[in-house]
Amino acid sequence: MKPKFGVVVFPGSNCDHDAYYAIKKILGFNVEFLWHKNNNLNGCDIIILPGGFSYGDYLRTGSIARFSPIMNSVYNFAENGGVVIGICNGFQILLEIGLLPGVMLQNKSLKFVCKDVYLKIENHENVFTKSITKKVLKIPVAHGDGNFFTDEQILKELELNGQILFRYSSPEGVVTEDANPNGSLMNIAGIINRRKNVMGLMPHPERCCDSLLGNTDGSLIFNSVVENSFN
Amino acid sequence: MVTENNLFKATVIIKRRPKILDPQGKAVEQGAKLLGFNNVRNTRIGKYIEFFVDTDDKSLAEKEVKEYSEKLLSNPIMEDFEFNLEHLK
Repeated sequence: MKPKFGVVVFPGSNCDHDAYYAIKKILGFNVEFLWHKNNNLNGCDIIILPGGFSYGDYLRTGSIARFSPIMNSVYNFAENGGVVIGICNGFQILLEIGLLPGVMLQNKSLKFVCKDVYLKIENHENVFTKSITKKVLKIPVAHGDGNFFTDEQILKELELNGQILFRYSSPEGVVTEDANPNGSLMNIAGIINRRKNVMGLMPHPERCCDSLLGNTDGSLIFNSVVENSFN
Repeated sequence: MVTENNLFKATVIIKRRPKILDPQGKAVEQGAKLLGFNNVRNTRIGKYIEFFVDTDDKSLAEKEVKEYSEKLLSNPIMEDFEFNLEHLK
């Protein structure tokens, strides 16, 4: 079965076309855009909430987008086990709607950070990283609010349940303060829900799928999802 | 605009919880030091939001403002809110 991705488009999304391009032209999967005002997921098998600045980041990042009509369908889809990937602003929306725990604070530096970072994969027992043999990925970040925060109780649960998926690290996979681009708690860059079908990550895998750009580490994540969800 | 039906004016103040880092407040406080306000400390930046509530029922107005603040205006993980309702006649 050839899975179909759905890329949700909110007002202010700006990585929707990158995601569409990477999935269709580079990876060769089916994909369509899903307008945020619709309720229907059009039979898509994997939903991507893309990066950007939905609703201008007003109030708090993701806080208004989570009330867009399509988010009811995305919520139910995820609750029924459907695979949802939130990238950057998409991650922030998943936090606001409560599909993932925690919140994004402003970067500690107060600066917008746009650069390649290294991610240590903390857990391979899920569809998102199962097929990835590498221990460290190089993927770019581009955000002003990526400073993940949650209380101690939730943090313990995340650790205990293997929900911390990616942590900012050195190229060798050593998690250090220097490798943390935004002040994120425990260098957290990406997490999954307890059921392991919803992933949120601040880095942008869709921006490093095309070999012409010199890095294809992002494609490993999308390929892993397809391989382990549908084959 | 105040019309005859706008009977309550609500003001909501959103504050970061005390334990949550506020880098913006810290940066602003550096400016305070540069200006010579040496007694200033613990600058915290929040949000002020105002709107009207079209009802003459105070308890209903309170309920709506509270729910609006809880569900959208603030995020309970990092923020607390307080509000005030002013009856406009």
